[in-house]
Amino acid sequence: MNLSNSGLRLFAVLLLAAGIGLLVATPAHAMHISEGILPFGWCVFWFAVAAPFVAIGLKRLKRGSGSDLSFKPLVGLMAAAVFIISCIPIPVPTAGTCSHPCGTAMSAILLGPFISVLVASVALLIQALFLAHGGLSTLGANIVSMGVMGSFSGYFVFRLLKRAGAGLAASGFFAGLIADWVTYLGTSVILASALKGADPFLPLATKIAIAFIPTQLPLGILEGAMTAGMVTLLQKKRPDLLVKMRVIKTKEMVLP
Amino acid sequence: MRTSGSKTALLCLGWLVLFALLLPAAAPPLFASESGAKWQGVDESVVEKVAHEHGREAHTPLINTDQGDLLLFVFLMAGVVGGFAAGYYWRNLMEQGKVQAPTGGK
Repeated sequence: MNLSNSGLRLFAVLLLAAGIGLLVATPAHAMHISEGILPFGWCVFWFAVAAPFVAIGLKRLKRGSGSDLSFKPLVGLMAAAVFIISCIPIPVPTAGTCSHPCGTAMSAILLGPFISVLVASVALLIQALFLAHGGLSTLGANIVSMGVMGSFSGYFVFRLLKRAGAGLAASGFFAGLIADWVTYLGTSVILASALKGADPFLPLATKIAIAFIPTQLPLGILEGAMTAGMVTLLQKKRPDLLVKMRVIKTKEMVLP
Repeated sequence: MRTSGSKTALLCLGWLVLFALLLPAAAPPLFASESGAKWQGVDESVVEKVAHEHGREAHTPLINTDQGDLLLFVFLMAGVVGGFAAGYYWRNLMEQGKVQAPTGGK
């Protein structure tokens, strides 16, 4: 068995695992803020915050599509991956609850954070429309927490670690880990801002964030492993692509 | 050998993900969630719970597929379509890589 076969088999195993995850999981709910949770004013506010990121993402997608033949398939792959990953409610035995990774660190590393926001927005829209997962009125808030905060935190952690001399796998792992945790921190901030009423913001935000910890602590590790796995797999299979997307430098290329 | 080490790392990662996905489905929770319901999503156990405490309730979705086995069907379709798309684009990327490999290596 050569490395190429091994990589393809791993990918097949991951796809199979994702499929099994979808089949065995308790259907419906996992993480996003549901319809009706946020007051109207806050819904509008979070849409306004998300809109510029989505607009810049669209512009960059258009620019990138004309520049390289591999760009569109890579965007398609990431869109499908983020959609699947954020659909899988993974049971966490330590908490007795389910939640899901987001995949936004992976897409942000490979496509850039703005296109990653766009990819997450499409996934969230489909989930809100057809999967009773999230909501249309809360779409802006969910885009901000999963798309914007997840993508940008993952991207900057990856860049920072790479610049500090960390390896590709380690940088990918911590990018995935932090992106997952920051996404839920973002959800805590969004919820606390809207629900606090006359109460102080910080205690409520802290309470919500702490409530997420038993579930998201292990899932963040899983997200880190998935992100590291994807970037190292692409480094072996398509190192030229990672160089084009400025994920690695030419000297780091491992020819397949 | 680098190839052997990479192969082992990839296999380990595959097993880790598979393990992380399948074990929780079979294992009982070590700590029950506060509401006592098993395997609730954190949107129910955290988001909706906190919202309820502050006087907000979740509404029925615009297109309510959360009815009986309908949700199983749409989740399965989502998995099938998403899985097909991921596989299609992955193959597309790898084939482009094979075409570019002879010039890319020089």
